[in-house]
Amino acid sequence: MSIVRKLFAAASLSAALVASPALAEPMKIALVVKSLGNGFFDAAHRGAEEAADEIGDIEIIYTGPTSATAEGQIEIVNSLIAQQVDAIAISANDPDALVPSLKRAMDRGITVVSWDSGVAPEGREMHLNPSDTQLIGETIIKLAADYLPDGGDVAILSASSTATNQNAWIEAAKEALPEKFPDINLVAVVYGDDDSVKSTNEARGLIASYPDLDAIIAPTTVGVVSAAQVVTDQDLIGQINVTGLALPSEFKQFIDNGASQAVALWNPIDLGYSAVHLAHQLATDQAEAEPGATLSIGRVGEVTLDDSNSAAMAPPFTFDKSNIEEFAKIY
Amino acid sequence: MTSDTANTLQRIPDRLDTPFRNALFSWEMLLVIVALAIFIINSFASPYFLNAWSLSDLTFNFTEKGLIALAMALLIISGEIDLSVAAIIALASTMMGMAVQAGADTPLLVLIGVGVGLLCGAFNGLLVTRLGLPSIVVTIGTMSLFRGIAYIILGDEAYKGYPSSFAFFGQGYVWWVISFELVLFLAAAIVFWFLLHRTSFGRTVYAIGNNPVAAAFSGIRVERVKFILFCLTGLMAGIASVLLTSRLASTRPSIAYGYELEVITMVVLGGVAILGGAGSIPGVVLAAFIMGLVTFGLGLVNVPGIVMSIFTGLLLIVVIALPIIWNRIRHKSA
Repeated sequence: MSIVRKLFAAASLSAALVASPALAEPMKIALVVKSLGNGFFDAAHRGAEEAADEIGDIEIIYTGPTSATAEGQIEIVNSLIAQQVDAIAISANDPDALVPSLKRAMDRGITVVSWDSGVAPEGREMHLNPSDTQLIGETIIKLAADYLPDGGDVAILSASSTATNQNAWIEAAKEALPEKFPDINLVAVVYGDDDSVKSTNEARGLIASYPDLDAIIAPTTVGVVSAAQVVTDQDLIGQINVTGLALPSEFKQFIDNGASQAVALWNPIDLGYSAVHLAHQLATDQAEAEPGATLSIGRVGEVTLDDSNSAAMAPPFTFDKSNIEEFAKIY
Repeated sequence: MTSDTANTLQRIPDRLDTPFRNALFSWEMLLVIVALAIFIINSFASPYFLNAWSLSDLTFNFTEKGLIALAMALLIISGEIDLSVAAIIALASTMMGMAVQAGADTPLLVLIGVGVGLLCGAFNGLLVTRLGLPSIVVTIGTMSLFRGIAYIILGDEAYKGYPSSFAFFGQGYVWWVISFELVLFLAAAIVFWFLLHRTSFGRTVYAIGNNPVAAAFSGIRVERVKFILFCLTGLMAGIASVLLTSRLASTRPSIAYGYELEVITMVVLGGVAILGGAGSIPGVVLAAFIMGLVTFGLGLVNVPGIVMSIFTGLLLIVVIALPIIWNRIRHKSA
């Protein structure tokens, strides 16, 4: 091949590249989190990269403000609009304040989905909840029931009596009890106000009032640690199983010492992974975000959108002896 | 006495700097160079930077804070400071939110936002001038007080439902990509430039900052000037509150969290002496642009937020330290 032909070939090649940059560039999906330097979101980033590798030809932009403010996230959204990313998947610091700038992103043809912490419906195409009330309510009872084959007495140690989330989960748990767990007897619901001293006192009170208690369920990361500490201190390991929603890193010691068999919480890796799958499908028009639509989220399964275009990913992810070591390092 | 005079005489330079030379080595010129450098670096670092819409979006990063910085510059030149500006934004925004729930229309909302800001500023001013308390203590107190009231009223709720005509202030464009916020900032900059550099009021601000006692004996009503400056700062915070609330189309008590430090950074970067007595409005305007250029430029190349704050911190130290080091070298060699 002569040098002239080589040059000609190179020139035509570069002309082709300039003419169709869309083909040459990978799809850009931005994973915007509440704040950087948070293990939960770093884990979500890992999941997002996993999904990007699986789908192929995707560049993940992992970004977020230093302090968890809506204003900081708006500045980030503006710079993402300027970079002409293909999709934004955001865990929002404020459901309302981000709406105007995310709307602008959608006006410029960018796909917007929210995950974990949602944006009001007019500011996104769809929202992915880590789980939903029914699933959480069932899971917290199941965590106790799995280790009580013959049934038994359980008590719930909640956050404050006005905590909206916890109250909804407890309601769902009570509804699930008669049908799915007929042998489990819920003897009391007490409130530790997410304060470790009050939670400790309430846990002691439960143990004193109900000598036959088999399990304490605490659907709050503060309460569950307090209850497990009380069970450890009073040498009741093996007699009373503590379970509920817990951060693996805070709770690992109680799985290790046997005060708890298993606890659960949302899995941030799966969240980031699913958010990228959803953003990719919507950005490539493989799916439409509309009530009733079913979208695939890869290895995690699939989700169905409700009337407000939001969906629940999966039941809380269970941590026990087999995997707590690994997840305690993440969050 | 005689030795003093002799010393002063010895230091008199044999040649005075010309106005051109003065301008060349001024703080503002240094800021212009820094701004141009960042602009050029940004254009090379990201292919998306040199775009009318990108440059327009960039201005939203600093216009609200810049508006407050203009008034804060005067306050700091006079030797006082106001740390409660972000809390004033929160309280004014909360009051506007309450008014919306009561059915208020856009003109009334603007009036309430600006009015609450002015009242908060007057409250700070009264505490400082009537009770003679140090402004840093007073405004640390009112910082918690104003935001505290917003938290009591709102808790973890939010006010929404602002009328669509209200959206213009924070999201509207006057012409093509020129936003209302930018026009307002530039107009306010001209007004404050005139006030500080072309009126006798401006001269009294410098006089008070350099020596309040001498200023008082020269017939300047020191307390009244300071009171007016606190009111002005509150007023600008009220205006910023209208813009920010309109841009977010909602109010939460955490709105504008941490803005006071960014405003003060702008003022100091603009060449205003933190102990008072010196500074200029063009410097502050340039500093506002530099802050916008830096944060947006770093955002375009997806630099994480924490690195961004390290960068702004370094920029502040470098810009402030450079002239001092430069002067030392010049004096040593002379």
